[in-house]
Amino acid sequence: MNETTLGLFTIFVLSVFVGFEVISKVSPILHTPLMSGANAIHGVILVGAIIVLGTGQGSVQTVLGFLAVVLATINVVGGFVVTDRMLEMFKGRRPGGGSRGGDGA
Amino acid sequence: MNRLDTIELIYLVCAVSFVIALKGLSSPRWARQGNLIGAAGMVVAVATTFAFPGLHRIGLIIVAIVIGIAAGYPAARLVKMTAIPQMVAAFNGVGGGAAALVSLAEFDKSHSVASTGTAAAVLFSVLVGALSFSGSAVTYAKLQELMTGRPIVLPQQRLLNAGLGVAAVGLVIWGLAAGSFTAAVLLSVVALVFGVLFVLPVGGADVPVVISLLNAFTGLAVAASGAVLRMTLLIVAGTLVGASGTLLTQLMAKAMGRPLPNILFGAITAKPTTAAVEGDDVDRSVRTGTVDDVAVQLAYSRRVVVVPGYGLAVAQAQHTVHELAELLERRGVEVVYGIHPVAGRMPGHMNVLLAEANVPYEQLKEMDDVNGQMGLTDVVLVVGANDVVNPAARDTPGSPIYGMPIIDADYARGIVFLKRSMRPGFAGIDNALLYDPKTTMLFGDAKETLTSLVGAVKTA
Repeated sequence: MNETTLGLFTIFVLSVFVGFEVISKVSPILHTPLMSGANAIHGVILVGAIIVLGTGQGSVQTVLGFLAVVLATINVVGGFVVTDRMLEMFKGRRPGGGSRGGDGA
Repeated sequence: MNRLDTIELIYLVCAVSFVIALKGLSSPRWARQGNLIGAAGMVVAVATTFAFPGLHRIGLIIVAIVIGIAAGYPAARLVKMTAIPQMVAAFNGVGGGAAALVSLAEFDKSHSVASTGTAAAVLFSVLVGALSFSGSAVTYAKLQELMTGRPIVLPQQRLLNAGLGVAAVGLVIWGLAAGSFTAAVLLSVVALVFGVLFVLPVGGADVPVVISLLNAFTGLAVAASGAVLRMTLLIVAGTLVGASGTLLTQLMAKAMGRPLPNILFGAITAKPTTAAVEGDDVDRSVRTGTVDDVAVQLAYSRRVVVVPGYGLAVAQAQHTVHELAELLERRGVEVVYGIHPVAGRMPGHMNVLLAEANVPYEQLKEMDDVNGQMGLTDVVLVVGANDVVNPAARDTPGSPIYGMPIIDADYARGIVFLKRSMRPGFAGIDNALLYDPKTTMLFGDAKETLTSLVGAVKTA
């Protein structure tokens, strides 16, 4: 597309900081779902795979692009579904490590 | 505004939805909504891509997507909760593979005119994506127990690694200088081999850290593919995952009390010190108890700490252990669960399982909380865990797990182990706590043993 290399680099650097910042205070309970959710998000490579397959020419690009779309779709679909299944189990209960009697025993 | 600008604008909204998704996933309250927002952003991003100017072969694209859904959806829907970690590893691996393939395909198109910067992004994406693919495959095999969970160090592994490193550097130079597609393909092969060699020496207990690291790798490979295609959405999303995954990896390594290089390369550089550790098993015997003895011991305790491990997950015993805990509470026993940060095969694995069995959040205590109260605890009930209560982590400097924070079960008045056998834990080392005079062993499937315990406590 039409961005300059420096512009892309700027976006990369800023994204690093956002990535660190956004999960800096995550409870250990959520480590597994967070990893799984992040895993689903990098499935966005599907967008790139679709463009590569859809604009490619010749058999090499077609085969590589086709495989890329299949693999990326598995990543996206599997990632979000598994994460949702994990989080479903936390449903309907209040979060947090609030203490109930006994801590002072 | 032309069509490409509109697409870019929609992509921006999707990128924001991914940030919100990660933010939501970090808080118990918004986690599920966060995930759904991310999924919605993804659907919009993919749908928008079909409006991309000059996009052909729509039918072929849809066929590929349908195949992907047919492969991914049932796998994610049907997988048992115990097998989640290896499933995440598998989904991560295919993502890495896709990133490498996208860069290769794009390079095939443009290598004759590509700038050095683009060539560098292609080579990085191919290297890291392919490494993540094969590394995740080995991780999957280890967790699925298709192969041993113990560290495997090939003879001359250091030499082999060095050789691969030299080959990779040579191919990168060739690829950069000549913009060669062949160099990029050969680099992907080297990276595939290296991914295998990278994960083989990692011990089973440390595999979760590797999954997290490979997850971050895939993120970076996706970001590099984004640089190749000059697509901001891929750069933002890939980098978000790369950065947050790196941070998560560090948090996990910290929970294990070991620096990351030690986890990754410990087995390669280790000196054989384990002989001294395991040399003193003369005249050691274990005390095997009966279900009735243990039921009485539990029923007349004031405080019981349940320490769950991977064995609980394997036996699907989370509901039964909850039933036992409720029964004991009705008799006035205080029951809490001591959750080691890396119990099971992923951080938070035990929390997910126990949440499935409706165990209240308040009863799930982190390691430091239970350790503070250990002296007041009558019984520690260890269900299918081993390494996370192994005092060697505290006392035996030569042990592979030395330095890992553990749940100090040995400071309690009594310890009951529910185990299938005397087989060592995932880390493959002996546990002196099994031979402690305070320890009672109950051998068998955790679920069956717990069911008998429930019956026995009722009559105790």
